[in-house]
Amino acid sequence: MTLMNEPVNRNENKNKYCRFKKNGIKYIDYKDPDFLLKFVNEQGKILPRRITGTSLKFQKKVSQAVKRARHLALLPYVTDSLK
Amino acid sequence: MKNYETVFILNPVLSEEQMKDTVKKFVQVLTDGKAEVINEEQWGLRKLAYPIQHKSTGFYNLVEFKAEPQLVDKLETEFRRDEAVMRFLTTALDKHALEYNEKRRKGAFRKDKKKPKEEAAS
Repeated sequence: MTLMNEPVNRNENKNKYCRFKKNGIKYIDYKDPDFLLKFVNEQGKILPRRITGTSLKFQKKVSQAVKRARHLALLPYVTDSLK
Repeated sequence: MKNYETVFILNPVLSEEQMKDTVKKFVQVLTDGKAEVINEEQWGLRKLAYPIQHKSTGFYNLVEFKAEPQLVDKLETEFRRDEAVMRFLTTALDKHALEYNEKRRKGAFRKDKKKPKEEAAS
C-alpha cells in the first residue's frame, strides 16, 4: 500500500521514498490544508523526515508551507485532535 | 515585474458591500501602481484554526498579480492601515508556483492533488 493511504503504520514500508520526487511535484501549496495535513501529526506539529521519508529540499518547502498555512490560520499551531 | 500572491483575511462582522469595497480598494491600489492582476478569488467565510482578534471565522480573499517589487510595500502598508483586515500574507511566486496556479485555475486539482499518484502507483 502506498504511503499516502496509510499514514498511520508508516514504519511498515521498508524503503522510504520522497513522494515529491517520485510524483514530480515541484510546488507545495500553502493554501491547501488537507494536503499539508499529511505532514503534520495529531498535535499539529511537522513530522520529521525520518518518518515521512521526504528529501531535505522538499522537507524545507513543506515546513515553509506549513508555517505559512499556520500564519493564515488554515492550520493550527498546536491542537490536541487534529486528524 | 515579479509575480506575487496575497491572501488576506477580512473581519467577518463586515457587511457584504463593505467586504466588496475593501477588496476593490486593494485591487485599486494594485491597478494604480500599474500592477497586472492575474487572478482574484474569494474563498468566503471560513472557520479559522485558532481565534484571531477573538473571532473564530474569517473572510478569505486571494489576489494573484504581477507587479514591481516597490509596490508590494505600498500594498502592505495599506493592509496594515485597514482595521478590517485581520491578517495578510504576500508571497513571491517562482515558475513552479506559477505553473501550479495555472493548473489550479484550470481545475486540475478539483480533487486532491495526490489523486494522480494513485493511478501511478496502482
